[in-house]
Amino acid sequence: MARITLDGIAHAYGGKPRSEQDYALKPLHHVWEQGMAYALLGPSGCGKTTLLNIISGLVIPSEGRLLFDDRDVTHLPTKERNIAQVFQFPVIYDTMTVAENLAFPLKNRRLPRAAIERRVTEIAAMLDLTGVLNRRARGLTADAKQKISLGRGLVRSDVSAVLFDEPLTVIDPALKWELRSKLKAVHRALDLLMIYVTHDQIEALTFADKVVVMNDGKAVQIGTPDDLFERPEHTFVGYFIGSPGMNLMPAKVSGSRALVDGAELQLGAAYLDPPKGGRVQVGVRPDYTQLSSVAGVPVRVRRVADLGRKRLAYVTLGAQQIVATIPPEMSSIGDQAKVVFDPGHTHVYVDDVRVAGAAA
Amino acid sequence: MTGKPINNRAWLFVLPVLAFVLFSSIIPVMTVVNYSIQDTMGANNFFWNGDAWFRDLLNPSTAIGERFNDALFRTLAFSLVCLMVEVPLGIAIALCIPRSGWLVGLTLVVVALPMLIPWNVVGTMWQIFARQDIGLFGATLTGLGLHYNVTQDPISAWITIVVIDVWHWTPLVILLSYAGLRAIPDAFYQAAKIDGASRWAIFFNIELPKLQKVLVIAVLLRFMQTFMIYTEPFVVTGGGPGSATTFLSIDLVKIALGQVDLGNAAAMSLVYYLITLTVCWIFFTIMTQLERRRDA
Repeated sequence: MARITLDGIAHAYGGKPRSEQDYALKPLHHVWEQGMAYALLGPSGCGKTTLLNIISGLVIPSEGRLLFDDRDVTHLPTKERNIAQVFQFPVIYDTMTVAENLAFPLKNRRLPRAAIERRVTEIAAMLDLTGVLNRRARGLTADAKQKISLGRGLVRSDVSAVLFDEPLTVIDPALKWELRSKLKAVHRALDLLMIYVTHDQIEALTFADKVVVMNDGKAVQIGTPDDLFERPEHTFVGYFIGSPGMNLMPAKVSGSRALVDGAELQLGAAYLDPPKGGRVQVGVRPDYTQLSSVAGVPVRVRRVADLGRKRLAYVTLGAQQIVATIPPEMSSIGDQAKVVFDPGHTHVYVDDVRVAGAAA
Repeated sequence: MTGKPINNRAWLFVLPVLAFVLFSSIIPVMTVVNYSIQDTMGANNFFWNGDAWFRDLLNPSTAIGERFNDALFRTLAFSLVCLMVEVPLGIAIALCIPRSGWLVGLTLVVVALPMLIPWNVVGTMWQIFARQDIGLFGATLTGLGLHYNVTQDPISAWITIVVIDVWHWTPLVILLSYAGLRAIPDAFYQAAKIDGASRWAIFFNIELPKLQKVLVIAVLLRFMQTFMIYTEPFVVTGGGPGSATTFLSIDLVKIALGQVDLGNAAAMSLVYYLITLTVCWIFFTIMTQLERRRDA
C-alpha cells in the first residue's frame, strides 16, 4: 500500500539525450494516490509502457526520482519494490498447476507452507479460479491465464501497486467486459493503487478514476473521464478521446465570437482579443454539433453514417471538414444543411492548448 | 449438404512423388530385403533362405549374433554418452550467448564453424591431432604424463571419438537451444523478476519448459547421427583397438564389403534400420503424449 510519486522522471533509451526529441518519456511530475485506479492512455509509442516499466523497475529512468511513500526507490531492483504487473500476453509458468503458479512468488520469498496455502485459496476464490486450481495452467484460456498473472501479483500481501500493460489485448471481446469488471471488483475489495496502460479509450474511461493521456512522451492531460470529454486541455485529447474525435477548426477569435472560414460562431465565454500567441483553433465535439434544417451555419453534406444508436453527418464548412450529429427527428437530408454549435462546449485552443475565457 | 468431390485425377498429381520415392527409397530397400531372404553362391545364382539370416543375427549364441550384440551395445552406449554430454553442454553454452548486440553474430559463426567441416576432414584432422608424436592433443596429454594412445588403448580411443563428436555436433544443440531461448518473450523474464525467482528457478520453470520442443528435435537428430556414426571411427581408429570402437555401421561395412557376406549384412542393415526407427518413434511419442496428457 503506497503513494507513488514521480519527481521529474524522464527517460531516453540509449543514454544521454541531446535534444527534446531523444526522450521516450519527457520530464513528468505526478503523484499516484493510494487506492485509486489510473489509466495511462495514448497511441502506440507514446511512452506509456516506458513509464510503467520505470515504476516496476524494469527500466531505470535517466532523470528524476521515484518515491514509494517517502522512500526513494529509483534504483531499487524490481524484486524489492513490491509491485505486481500483468503483461500484454499472459505470462504463466507452463509446467505448473494454477495453484503452483499462484504460490510461486510466495515460495520464492520463503513463506511457510500453511501461509502460502491460505493465501492461494483466498486469492483463487477472489478471482474465480478455485475450480481449476489443480489443472495445469498451460491448457487454460487466455482470460484465465491473465487472471493467474494478476493472482500471482495479488497473493503477496505487501504489494504496493498493481500495474497492467494492456492486459486485455488477447482476450475475446465478449470476455473483455467480464474480466474488466473483475478487475474493478478486485480494486474495490483490496483498495490498491492500480495503473492500467491501454490505447483503448473505452477501456481507460470505464476502468479508471483518473486518466493520464499521453502523446509523444508527454502527459498532455490528467483528469477524470468527464474532464477529458467535456474539457479537453489539449487538441490531442479532443481528437484522441471520443469517437469520432473533436471538430477542430482554425479560427479568428474576438470577444465571444469566432470566425471560421467566413462563418461566425458564438462562444460560451469572452476571450481577450486576439488571444496572444500563434495558431488559434476552436474545438467542438460532434456530440455538441447539431445538424439542423432551420438555423445555424450553412454547410454542405458529404456523407451520412448511420451508427444505429445515432446518426452522423460528415459536412464541409468552407474548407473545413467536420462531423455533426443528426437529431433523431430530422428525416430528409439534402446536399445543403445547417449546423448549430453549442457555445458552452466550444473551446478555444492557442497552439494546441486550451485557453479559458472570462464569463461573457 | 454437398459431399467432398471425388476426382480420381488427384492420383496424377501424386505420381511424380511416388516415382521419386520409388527410386530413392523403395527400390534400394527392396534390394536389401531381397538379399536378406536369399543366399547366393555368386554368378547371380540365388537360393531362397527364408528367415535364417535374421534368426542367426538375433541369436547371441551364433558368431554373427554375438558380434551384432556387442556392436549394438557399443553403439547404444556411444549414443547415450554423446547425448548426455552434448545436450546439457549445448544448453549451457546457449544460455551464455548474449541476446543482442554485435557479439551475437560473431559468437554464432564461431560456434557453428565445426559443423561446416565434412566428416572425413574432421576424422583426418583429429587423427593427426591425437597422434602422440606430432599431434598437439596427443602429444600434450602424453607430455602431461597421462596414458593416452588411440591405436593401443581402448579408453583413449573411446574418449577421442566422443570428444570428436561433441566438438563437431554440440554446435547443433547450441544453435537449436539458442533459437528456442530467443523465442521466449521478455515479459516472462520480467514477470520472473517481479515474482522474485532465482536464476535456477527461471531456468527450470521458464527456459527448460519452453525449450522442450527444440530439445526433442535436438535429441532425435543427435541420436540418429551418433547411432549411425561411421566416418570418424573409420578414419581415426579403424574400429580398433581390437573391436573397441567397432560400432554397428563399421561392422556392417566390414561384413558387407570386407567379407562380402551379403545375407548377414542385409539382415543386419534391416534390423539396424528398424532399431533406429523404433527408438526415435518411441521417444517422440512419449515426449509428445506425455505433454498432452498432463495438459488435460
